[in-house]
Formats: sequence, structure tokens, C-alpha cells
Amino acid sequence: MSIAMLGLRGVRKSYGTNRVVCGVDLELTSGECFGLLGPNGAGKTTTLRLALGLTDPDAGEIRLMGHAVPRQAREARLHVGVVPQTDNLDPDFTVFENLLVYGRYFGLRDSEIETRIPPLLEFAGLEARADARIQTLSGGMKRRLSLARALVNDPALIFLDEPTTGLDPQARHLIWERLKRLVAGGKTILLTTHFMDEAERLCHRLAVMDRGHIIAEGSPQQLIVRHIEPQVVKIYGDGALAWAQQHGRKLCERCEQAGETIFCYTHDGDRVLTTLDGREELRYLHRRANLEDVFLKLTGRDLRD
Amino acid sequence: MRAQHLTPPRVSKRFVQVWKRNFLVWRKLAITSMLGNLADPMLYMLGLGFGLGSLLPEVNGIPYITFLAAGTVCYSTMNSATFEALYSAFSRLHVQKTWDAILNTPMSLDDIVLAEALWAASKSLLSGLAILVIIWVLGLSHSPFTLWIIPLTVLIGLTFGSLGLVMTALAPSYDFFLYYFTLVITPMVLLCGVFFPVAQLPPLLQNVSAVLPLTHAIDLARPLVTGRAPHWAWLHVLVLASYAAGGFYVALVLTRRRLLT
Repeated sequence: MSIAMLGLRGVRKSYGTNRVVCGVDLELTSGECFGLLGPNGAGKTTTLRLALGLTDPDAGEIRLMGHAVPRQAREARLHVGVVPQTDNLDPDFTVFENLLVYGRYFGLRDSEIETRIPPLLEFAGLEARADARIQTLSGGMKRRLSLARALVNDPALIFLDEPTTGLDPQARHLIWERLKRLVAGGKTILLTTHFMDEAERLCHRLAVMDRGHIIAEGSPQQLIVRHIEPQVVKIYGDGALAWAQQHGRKLCERCEQAGETIFCYTHDGDRVLTTLDGREELRYLHRRANLEDVFLKLTGRDLRD
Repeated sequence: MRAQHLTPPRVSKRFVQVWKRNFLVWRKLAITSMLGNLADPMLYMLGLGFGLGSLLPEVNGIPYITFLAAGTVCYSTMNSATFEALYSAFSRLHVQKTWDAILNTPMSLDDIVLAEALWAASKSLLSGLAILVIIWVLGLSHSPFTLWIIPLTVLIGLTFGSLGLVMTALAPSYDFFLYYFTLVITPMVLLCGVFFPVAQLPPLLQNVSAVLPLTHAIDLARPLVTGRAPHWAWLHVLVLASYAAGGFYVALVLTRRRLLT
């Protein structure tokens, strides 16, 4: 049975004349991993803050864990875990104390928290580091501890704001593996990211957000099928631009230029490839369309700051 | 400023956990922290008390060191709360983002600001107690009235803790606090009767002194050290409590504006 864990309806938020969230609707049901994608400044973090009741919406309705937010945000947050975008672990405490003190904020008894800590440390791969100071942990360890801290109240729903930004590939894979384990264990996850492989790997459902609006929603496969041609030929090297002028627009449905590279979006990649045969100066890659192609099509290739 | 930032404080019992967090950190460094609390006011009190005191045998009918002791209790409790509410609270708010982490739990910002004000008052209580012990040990006063100084240090701590939290809510960086020391704390130390009676000041400065909270704290502490009940005690308490309550509310509104928009 699916239960609504989070629902946003027509939620708006402006700062002065800057409209950050412009009528967002979202619905999360239990057991799913939902990804909120968008370029920097799309309104993802503000949407999370609104959902947690940390800032009041200008309009719209928010329900979190069955409670009206922001009015009953405290009650709702009892059952939610949050991994923030930048680690804010307590540098004055050890790993163990971080978990203990954070558990107290949820009104848990010390004895209860102390029985929860060993499995959390094991989950985070930090069993041997219980008494380590935060400054001695690597970036990946800190993220894992942030994740363990978010689980100290045994939440049904976990918010992760860009959980793997700034991590090396090894650390990133470890976080992904842990998040999959959480979903397999019945937790519901809402994560924001701008890593498409992360979204494609982890999320059952995605929403693409840009300039405060949700512009597309669906499973990763649905988004790819719905919004983009199935194949991509990426061409670069001297003469790529000339080739695009001559053949590009005739051979494929959509032909885009990014710097010195040409992207051909098509249903029939072979037609494109035949014109590239024997052109030694051109290098190319033929692949299936992925989520990144969808994302760039929907949000454009312009740099966002 | 949005209307929801102006609503009255709404706190829960959970604020105790934030106070306990600060206590746990303090406990790790308790000995060095206590020495710091003691060394500075001790040096002032003993150095000036004996040094200047030998030149001025009596002030207002009491030995100078006894006169100074009452001022030092208030001045040092003011300083403890001020440093805690400025530098330490700002570290937690801005540098370590500890408050952000706490806000993701069922705690509210009102709980956090209340806990910080009470924690600053707790630091005041500690340094006030330390000076009080010295007063007793040196035999500067044996009056049971000095026991009233204990709750007074908490009230002074709440007053200056709350005022400090106002500055913390506004501060872009640590440097900002220098203005507060120059414009508020230093005048307080020099105009409120810590080192000499306010009556020695020209009338204009006496009027300024009359509205400053430290004056009212010292007007309570000095008679207590000499074993008398203060005149107009309720008025002085009311002034300090008003500064504490007003400061707390303004600090809360400004912190909400800073963190919850």
C-alpha cells in the first residue's frame, strides 16, 4: 500500500522580486526514491526547506508525514531525517557524541540512542572511528556520518540535498550503495542532485526543476522516451562544425553545438555514421540517449551560477 | 521583516537539549575555561584594589577593594555572557552551522535562542560564583546578603546574553563585534560605577549611566556586598529584566529573519 509521505500543492515562494519557487506540486509515496533534478539556482534547496517547514510559503499547501507544514512542522520533523548539502557535524564532538547529542534533539533517551549507535556506525563504515574527532575524518567519512546522523531517529523519510557533491568516485559509489540499502529496507528518500548518473541509478521517479517550475516528471526511462530521440552521435575534432553545416541538420532530428562538439539526436544513428566513414579528422561516439541529454534539452546548455 | 518573524516566542521543553549540548562542550574544557573566567577579573580586582586602594583608603565609606569587588562581580558576569553570546554563539550560528543542523530536528529556532541566552547566563553564574568565592576567602564580606548576588549574576547574564544575541543575529563576521565593544561594553565599564562612584561623573554622563543596565546591576550588588538591602531593589530588577526580555525578543526576531527566510 502506498501512503503519502510528502505532498506539495501549488507552493510558491519569492524573495523580493525573485520568484524562487513558482507553483510546485509534488507527491511522494512510501518506499520510493524520488529525485529532484535541476541546475544551480533552480529552487531545489528552497523546496526542501519549504517541505521541512524551515521557511513559510507565500502560497500553497504542504503536508509532511501527515502533518500540515509549517504549522505542525515540529511533529512532522520527528519522523524525517535530513542530510544537508554541506556537512554541519559538530566539530566540538567525537563521532559517537555527534550521534548521541543529535538523538537527544529528537527527545530520545540516552540509553535508547546508545543502543542505536553501533548499528549506525556499522552502516556508515565508521565502527573503528567512534571516538575520532570530526576534523580527522575524510570527506567521504563525514558524509557517511551525516547520513548516519540523519538515521538516528529511525525516520521513515530521508531528505538528502546533493548527497555526493564533492566526493571522489569511490566515496560516491559507497553512498549510492548505502542509499539503495535504505530503500530496500523500506525507507522513502527525497534527494536533490545535478548528477544524472546518480539520479538514473537510484531514483524510481524524478522531477526536473528549472527557474522555480517543475518542467518534467516521470521515471528515468519515461523521461528519456518522452523527451528525447533514442540515439546520440557526439562528433568532435577539426571539421566537426563544417560537417554539421553540411550534413548535420539533414541527417538527424536535432543537431546541437556545445563548444567544438556536435550532438546529433536521432532515431537512426547509422545514417549519421555512414557520412562519418573515412573522415579521419572527425572523432565520434555513438550511444543511447541518457538522462543527461534530457536534462540539457529541458534546461538548456547555458551556464548557471 | 515578515509578520511571522514578529510572533511571540514559542518554546518547547526540548530547549534543554541545546543547553546540554553547550554544557557538554564546556565540560571538556572546563578547567582552562574556569581559569580564564577567574584570572582576568582577579587581576583587576587585586591589582587595582590593592594598588589604587592604598592611595584611596575609603570610597563611600568602605575600603576601595570592597567597593571594587561589587563592581567586578557585575563587570565580569557581563563579560562572560557577552563573550558567550557574541563569539561562541556566532561560531555555532555562522561558522559551524550547528543551529542549522539542530533546525532539521523537532527543535525550533525559538528553542535554540532561548537555550543560548540561558547558556550565556550559566556562564555568568559560573564567573560570578568564582568572584564571590574570592570575596568570601579574602574576607571582603561575610554578609549573608552576598548570597543574593547568586541570582543577580543570572539576571545580569540573561540581560547581556540577550543583548549579545542581538548583535550575533546581525553580525556578518567576527569583526562586527568590535563596534559593540567600543560603543556599548566599554562605556558600560567606565560609566556604570565599576571603578568609581557614578556620582563623580558630570551630570550629563550620570544621566547616560542611569539608563545603562550595568548601573542597575551594580546598584544592587554594592549594598549586598556591604551587607545592606539595596534601595529601590525592585526598580533595578525591573530595568534589568526589561533589557533581558526586550533583548531576547529582538534577538529572536532578527535571528528568525536571518535563518528562516
